[in-house]
Amino acid sequence: MLVPISWLRDFVDIDMPVELLAERLTLAGLEVAHIRYIGLPQQHPPSLRQPTSDHLVWDREKLLLGRICEVRAHPNADRLVLAMVDYGAEELEQCVTGAPNLFPYKDQGAIDPPIWCALAREGATVWDGHSEKPRKMTLKGRELRGIYNKSMVCSEKELGISDEHEGIIILEHDQRYAAGASFADVLGDVVLDIEFTPNLARCFSMIGVAREVAALLDKALRYPACDFLAEGEPISEQVAVDIREPALNPRFTLTLLRDCQVKQSPFWLRRRLQLIGQRPRNNIVDITNYITFELGQPLHAFDYDELCKRAGGAMPTIITRLPQPGERLETLDDVVRELGDDTILVADAAGALALGGVMGGGDTEISDKTRNVLLEAAAWNNISIRKTIREQRLHTEASTRFSRGVHPSQAILGGARGIELMRQLGGGTVARGVLDVYPEPPPTVTVALPIARATQLLGMEVSLDLAADVLRRLEFAVRIEGEIIHTTAPDHRLDISADSAVGQADLLEEIARIVGYDRIPETIMADEMPPQRENAPLLIEERIRDNLVGQGLYEVINYRFTSAQAEAKLLPDNMISSLPDADYVTIANPASSERDVLRHTLLGNMLENAINNARYNKAQQVFELGSVYLQTGDLLPQEPLQLGILLMGARHADWWGGGKSPDMDFYDLKGLLESLLHALHISDFAFQRGTHSSLHPGRSADLLIAGERAGSFGELHPQVAQRLKLTAAKAIIGEFAVAPMIEHARRLHDIAPLPTQPAVLEDIALVVRADLPASEVEAVIRQAGGRLLKDVALFDIYTGDPIPPGKKSLAYALTYQDETRTLTDKNAARIRKKIIGAARHRLNAELRA
Amino acid sequence: MDKSIDDIRGEAIESLAAIVDSESLAEWRSHYLGRRGAVAVLFRQIGSIPAAERAEFGKRVNALRGELAGAFDERAALVESQRLARDLETDEIDITLPAHPRRRGGLHPSTRTHREFQTIWADMGFQVYRSREVEADDFNFSLLNLPPHHPARDMQDTFYTSDPRVLLRTHTSPGQIRAMRELGAGGSKPIRVILPGMCYRQEQVTARSEIQFTQVEGLAIGRNIRMSDLKGTIAEFARRMYQPDARVRFRASYFPFTEPSMEVDVECFLCGGKGCRVCKYSGWLEIAGSGMVHPDVLRNGGYDPAEWSGFAFGMGPERIAMLKHGIHDIRYFWGNDLRFLRQF
Repeated sequence: MLVPISWLRDFVDIDMPVELLAERLTLAGLEVAHIRYIGLPQQHPPSLRQPTSDHLVWDREKLLLGRICEVRAHPNADRLVLAMVDYGAEELEQCVTGAPNLFPYKDQGAIDPPIWCALAREGATVWDGHSEKPRKMTLKGRELRGIYNKSMVCSEKELGISDEHEGIIILEHDQRYAAGASFADVLGDVVLDIEFTPNLARCFSMIGVAREVAALLDKALRYPACDFLAEGEPISEQVAVDIREPALNPRFTLTLLRDCQVKQSPFWLRRRLQLIGQRPRNNIVDITNYITFELGQPLHAFDYDELCKRAGGAMPTIITRLPQPGERLETLDDVVRELGDDTILVADAAGALALGGVMGGGDTEISDKTRNVLLEAAAWNNISIRKTIREQRLHTEASTRFSRGVHPSQAILGGARGIELMRQLGGGTVARGVLDVYPEPPPTVTVALPIARATQLLGMEVSLDLAADVLRRLEFAVRIEGEIIHTTAPDHRLDISADSAVGQADLLEEIARIVGYDRIPETIMADEMPPQRENAPLLIEERIRDNLVGQGLYEVINYRFTSAQAEAKLLPDNMISSLPDADYVTIANPASSERDVLRHTLLGNMLENAINNARYNKAQQVFELGSVYLQTGDLLPQEPLQLGILLMGARHADWWGGGKSPDMDFYDLKGLLESLLHALHISDFAFQRGTHSSLHPGRSADLLIAGERAGSFGELHPQVAQRLKLTAAKAIIGEFAVAPMIEHARRLHDIAPLPTQPAVLEDIALVVRADLPASEVEAVIRQAGGRLLKDVALFDIYTGDPIPPGKKSLAYALTYQDETRTLTDKNAARIRKKIIGAARHRLNAELRA
Repeated sequence: MDKSIDDIRGEAIESLAAIVDSESLAEWRSHYLGRRGAVAVLFRQIGSIPAAERAEFGKRVNALRGELAGAFDERAALVESQRLARDLETDEIDITLPAHPRRRGGLHPSTRTHREFQTIWADMGFQVYRSREVEADDFNFSLLNLPPHHPARDMQDTFYTSDPRVLLRTHTSPGQIRAMRELGAGGSKPIRVILPGMCYRQEQVTARSEIQFTQVEGLAIGRNIRMSDLKGTIAEFARRMYQPDARVRFRASYFPFTEPSMEVDVECFLCGGKGCRVCKYSGWLEIAGSGMVHPDVLRNGGYDPAEWSGFAFGMGPERIAMLKHGIHDIRYFWGNDLRFLRQF
C-alpha cells in the first residue's frame, strides 16, 4: 500500500527522517519496499544504507507557488500564450507557455480568482516535459518566438508528480500558502510503499500505519473526527436492512445524504488519491475510496432514488443473502457474473445489487445525476470474501481488506466519517441516525500475560511497566494485577487469540516488535540437549555421492516431474515394461503437460540431460540420487530413493596423445559399480544377464545384492536411443535401489593381516568357447585353486589365429600365497595342475601353448 | 719390444682426458681394461718376464690397472654429469600443450550448500531428519496453523495431486510435525533437528523462481527454549556460514506456524554491508525466516505449550548458492548443464 507521509502526518507527529522511519517500520514487520520522493530531498542518516534516488529535488528558492493573474496572447505565435504570474514579488513574471488549459483565459483580462500554479524560475531544474526518456533540464533565459522568457509554469510531468503533460498543474487555493511559497512545502511529499503480511490486516489504512508509527515512536495518535451533522428525516423511516446470513455479514450500517451534488472532488482529495495510485472519479465515489484507505473500512454508495424506483416507490429494504440458483449480477466493471452458492450478496426485493464486500452492481451506481446517496458500511466474513475473490477472480480494494479481516466496529466509524465528508464536499442534508444492524458482534478478547512468561520466552528481562506501556500504545486496555498483565484487545484487532497460550504469543510478538528485536540478547541454548543419533542412511548416501564424484562423475538433480508419455518412450515396442508397476502421483494443476506426474524412474530426465549435454560435451559422466514416487494404494505414495548413473562418449575426453579414445562401454559402468560397492564394503553382490526393458538385452546386466535384484545397467536399448535421437554415442545407463546398499553396507569390517610369506605369481592362458562367460571361467579357477589362490586377474582376451574359430583365449594372472609358509615351485605346480585339470574337465578348456 | 708400462699409462691418461661421450668412454675401457686390452696384454706378458723381475712387474701392472680403473670411474662420472646437464638444457617439452585430463567429478551446488549447512548445524547439535515430499494437506497446512482459506495459503501456490487431500509439500515445515510426533515421545522429549529437502510451488518458472527448490528447516523444542536462543543460534550459524564477524539483524515478519516470527538478515557478504546491487544498497541480505514455534503447532506435535517452547527457522540453499557464486538464473540448478556443474 502506498502511504504518503503528508497523509500520515494528519494522525501522528513524525520527528525523524523518513528514511529512518521506513527502517523502523521494516524492522517492526511493515516492510517498506520502496520510497518515492516527490520534490523533497532524500536524507542520508549515517546509520543507514539505502539506494540513491535520482528523483527531481525542487529548488526551494526557484520552484515557487504562483498565481496566474492574466493570460495574454503571444504576439508572434498562435499556439503560445503569455501567463502573467504573481509569485509574491512586486512585478508579475511573464511566462511563455503552450499549456492548453490556459487558452480559455487568453485575452480575458484579469483572472479572478487567479489560477494557482507551479512557477519554475531561471536556474531551476525540472524534468524535460518533451523528452520521451526521463531527462532533467535547467531553465535558462532565451527568446521564444521573439519574446524573452526565463521562467515557466510547470506541468505535472515537469515536476515529477505524474506523466501528465497535457497542460500545467492547476491547484486550488490553500490558505496556508501564499504566492511565492516554496513549492516543496506545498506539494513536496514522500510516499512509502509498504508490504503487509497477512497478519497485518489492521494496518491496511493510513490510520492503521499511523497507529504503528505512534506506538513505535511513542507519540499520540490523532483520530479523525467520526461524527456527522444530521438534520434530515430519521434514516429508519427511509430504508430497512434485513441480514439473512449473520455469520457471513455480522454487521450492516447505512447512512443517507439527500440533495447533494455529484461533481469533481477538490484538489486535495484528488491529489491524495493520485498519490496512492487511485483514479479520482467524482466526490462521492472518491470519498468511499478515501475512507477505505484512510480508515481501512471500505464503503459502498448507492443511488438512493434508484433503490426507491426498484422498490416501486415503497421504502427500500436492503437484504443481504446468498444467491438463488442461477442468479447473476452485472458488476461495475461491466462483467455479468455467475454467482457461486456461498457468495454473499447485497440485494433488494428486486434482485442483487452488489457482491457484498467486493464490488457493486451497475444498476444502482452513483452517476452525475445522483442526488441522494445511501452509504453502506458493513462487515463481512473474511473467508466468505476469499472464496468470492477466488471464484470471481476479482480483486478490489474492498475485497483486499475484507478478505484479511476488518473488525465490525470499524463500520460505524467509516460510515459516519464518510457521510460527513460527502456532506461537506457535496452539500445536502444527512438523515438523522445510523441504521445499524449488528446481529453478531465478535466476542471481546482478553488475554492474561504473566510477566515471568514474557521474560522466560523472550530470554530478556521485561518489566511490567514496559510491557504494559507497549500494549497501551497499541491501544490494548491494560490492567496490572500482581505480576500479571490483563489485557483486552482493541476493537480494530481480529488477530489476538482468546486461547491462553496463543494469546500470550500474540502479545509477546507485539512487545518484541515494538521494543525492537535488536533489544533481545543473543544467547546459547541452555536447554537439555537431545541424544545425538547417527543418521546411518544419510551417511551412506553421502558416501555414495563422494565415491561417485571421486570416480569422475558429476551429480545432477532433475525435476521430479515428468509425464507418462515421456516415460513410455523408454519402453521399446512389444516389451513388457520393467519400470515400477504402480500408479503415478498425478498433479491436478501441473506447470505444463510435460510435467504432470511425478517420475517412476530417474532415467527419463537423465537421458534428457544427456541429449542437451551431448551438444557441448564429448563425454558425460553423471549420477543422480533422488526419489521416485510410487502410488500404491495408500493415501501417500512411497518415495524410494534411487541411484541413476549415465556414461556417454569418450573414455578419455580431450586426449591428444595419439589415437582416438574409445567410447565408454558396459564395462566402465560395471567397474564403477564394483568400485562403489567395494567402497561401501558390500561383498555379497553379483551380476546376471540384464532384464531391464529399456536396456540392450545382450549388453546389460542386473545387479544382485544379497541375492535380490537391486538394479540394472548397460547400453540403452537401441530403439529407445533412436527415439530419443541419442545416437552420437552409446548411452550407458543404470538405475539402482539405494535401500539395499544402505542395508548391506558394512560400517564395520575386519582387515586381513598383511602377508608375511612371499607370493608366487604365475600366468595362465585358457582357450575356451567364445560365448563362455568369463565369470564362469574365473569361478572354476577360484574353486580349483582353493585357499592358496589369492587373486585371479584377467589380463588378456584374444581371438584369431592361431586360436581356432569359435574359441577365445583368456589369460589370467594368478597369485598363490600361504600365510604360514613359503610356497615352493612344487606347491605352485600342484595348484596349477588342479586348475588346468578343472578347466579342461568342466569348461572343456585347453591350455594355450 | 712392447711399450713400457709408463708409456701405456701416459697414453691412456692422456686419451681419457679428451673423452667427452659415453661411446668413446666404452671404447677406451675396452682398449685399456678390456679382456684384450692393453692391461690384459701386460698381464699375459708376466710369464715371459725373468723370474727376478716378475714380482715387481706384476705389482706395477696391478697398480696400473687400479690407477686406470680409478681414472675411468672419475671420467665416467664427469661425462655422465655433463651429459645430464646437456640433456636438461636441451630436453624441453611444450608445457603449453593441454593437460592429460584427470577425471574428476563434482557434487551438485545444491548438495554442496546442504552439506555446509548440515556440518554447521550438526556442530550445534541439530541432526538431519528427513520427511516425505508428497504430503497430506493436513501436515502441510492445517497442522501448521494454516486452516483452509487461511490468507497465508495465498502466499504459497500449491501443487495438488489428483487426490485433493494430497499435495507436494510447499515447504519442509510438515516435517516439523512428523519430527515432533516421531522423536518427541508424546511431547516429553526435547528435539533439535534440521529438515532438508525438496519443496514445490506452482509458479511461473523464471530466472528468479522455480517450481521446485530445496529448503533447510531447523527445529528446536525444549522446556526452556527462548527467543534469545533463536537469535543466538542463528547468529552463530551466520557467522560460521558467512563471515566470522558478520552482523545479523532480525526483522518482524509473519509465518503462520511461528509466533513471534522474524526474518533474518545478514550483513551483505559481497559488499561488507556498504551497499551493492545485490543487497539493493541496503547492506543486508535476507537469509532465513524464523520464529518461536506457534502454540498450536506445538500442540499438534504433542507438546503442551504451557510447558514447552521451541524455535524454528527455514533457509533456501539455492538462493544462498546464487548469492555466493553470483548465479543470476535459478533455472541453472535443475538444468544440469555440465558446463554449469563443472564450475563448482
